[in-house]
Amino acid sequence: MTMATDGFVWNLGDDVHQMFSLHFMVNAFRAGSIVAVLAGAVGWFMVLRRQSFAGHTLAVVSFPGAAAAIWLGVSATAGYFGASIVAALVIAMVPRSSSGRAHSQESAVIGTVQAFALACGALFVSLYGGFLYSLTGLLFGTFLGISNGQVLTLGLVAVGVLAVLGVLARPLFFATVDADVAAARRVPVRALSVIFLILLGCAAAEVSQITGALLVFSLLVMPAAAAQQITARPAMSLIITVILALVITWLSLGVAYFSVYPVGFYVSTFGFAMYVVAATGRLAVNRFHARLSGDAPLPHHVTVSAR
Amino acid sequence: MPETDPNSDVGLAVRFDEAAVRLGGRTIWSGVNLKVDHGQFVAVLGPNGVGKSTLIKVVLGILPVAKGRVVVLGRPPGDAGRDIGYLPQRRNFDPSMRVRGIDVVRLGSDGDRWGLPIPGGSSFFASRRVQRQRVDEVIDLVGAGSFAHRPIGEVSGGEQQRLLIAQALVRHPRLLLLDEPLDSLDLPNQASVAGLISEISKEHGITVLIVAHDVNPIVSYLDGVVYMAQGGAVSGLPDQVITSETLSELYATPIEVLRTSDGRLVVVGQPEAPSHHVDRHTGHPH
Repeated sequence: MTMATDGFVWNLGDDVHQMFSLHFMVNAFRAGSIVAVLAGAVGWFMVLRRQSFAGHTLAVVSFPGAAAAIWLGVSATAGYFGASIVAALVIAMVPRSSSGRAHSQESAVIGTVQAFALACGALFVSLYGGFLYSLTGLLFGTFLGISNGQVLTLGLVAVGVLAVLGVLARPLFFATVDADVAAARRVPVRALSVIFLILLGCAAAEVSQITGALLVFSLLVMPAAAAQQITARPAMSLIITVILALVITWLSLGVAYFSVYPVGFYVSTFGFAMYVVAATGRLAVNRFHARLSGDAPLPHHVTVSAR
Repeated sequence: MPETDPNSDVGLAVRFDEAAVRLGGRTIWSGVNLKVDHGQFVAVLGPNGVGKSTLIKVVLGILPVAKGRVVVLGRPPGDAGRDIGYLPQRRNFDPSMRVRGIDVVRLGSDGDRWGLPIPGGSSFFASRRVQRQRVDEVIDLVGAGSFAHRPIGEVSGGEQQRLLIAQALVRHPRLLLLDEPLDSLDLPNQASVAGLISEISKEHGITVLIVAHDVNPIVSYLDGVVYMAQGGAVSGLPDQVITSETLSELYATPIEVLRTSDGRLVVVGQPEAPSHHVDRHTGHPH
């Protein structure tokens, strides 16, 4: 990749100016920002709901979707969204109960769907004739050649998803934290779970288009996981999640512009670094509190001999 | 439970008439009659798998009755939703759940509302202020002030249970349905949570229906018990129901109720659902 005409010159002002004088970079930042906000918000709920595996699968499924679309000569965007939403509906059909047993059943179904999807993707790529660069882009991300139309599509889908998520936010949070009580309060737990999977499918499809199908976690999981380490306040950690996702995306695009390596690598690296910092920070804070409050925390359980 | 006019629901918080429940083609129980007065503290007892939680879900209106009639707070079950506080049977919260106790309590107040709360809304809207005060109030009531701001997965089982009782209380319920709130607690915590529930019931006139494995931590507070068996149930005063005669008749097998020197009740010979391990249950000789 040699789109950096003058290269990196150790002058941030000039570098940024140079970067934004190129239309495809402006579009990359537009698309990246849209995707970051969406991935942050949806990913926050996904991490809390312990549905990361489902999220990953929905993203992986977008790979055969996009590959098939390219092979058939349709727009790749349609392939991304179509495949992810269909897969979301398939996963949603698996019964989910609070007993925990259905979870393992769900992961078995999800794993099966994921393996099959990857295989199909490989097939579609070789049917197309194996244009290798596009394969790397599909799997590990690319920010080249994002058109105005694509940015518009990403924006419209993101606005739609965020609007629905905003309306559902509180009952969805309730159903996530405390499904039984929520159900008793007439919160439609099952319907919420289906709708959320569809929203997650849309988000995964959007993120795939920037980070590649295999690295969606860098925007869907890492910012949310890091933010939830930083604070246990729901509104605050949601806001921090979105900010982290944006920072990760902007940094990555900036660095990737002056580098020959895929953008997905940088997104994942910055995301990983933030998670490590957040997790280590929390450990340190916990230790510090434990030391402040005297010695090690007392065990909560009092053992009582057999009566 | 004292008899009133058999056809009057006035003064009754919960009433079952010959109620039966079928799940997946199997009759869970039938012919259940029950009358719980307002403000009473009543335990639902019996071995595992006998349909105690099912009874709670019928009162909630989540499960329909196949036969008979059920009235909750003078209405059909399900119509009394806002006046009922519910604490489901559960295992503990995931230790990695990074949500504070106070957030879980607050969900009891507004978790079923659609849309986002406006940030800082409590300084503009009186209703939000009242809601916030109420959350603080119930947290104080259950003595959870010192740990309500910690992630709920990190506090002990007894502390989680107190927070969940606060959550159930936040909307001023008239009826509290507690499904095994003492299960998985150690003995000192069982005693203190039982005392707390009784206090709430007495001081605020809230009717409490509590499912329990072991009657002993709560027996001194109870106004009535419902003892369930495969098929049916008997209800009445604890001293009338937890006796060798009544239970032998209910289970159609000889059962002995013993009172230990420290006043604990031990039920010997109670049939157990075979798939469950035994010593959790009341009554099995320890």
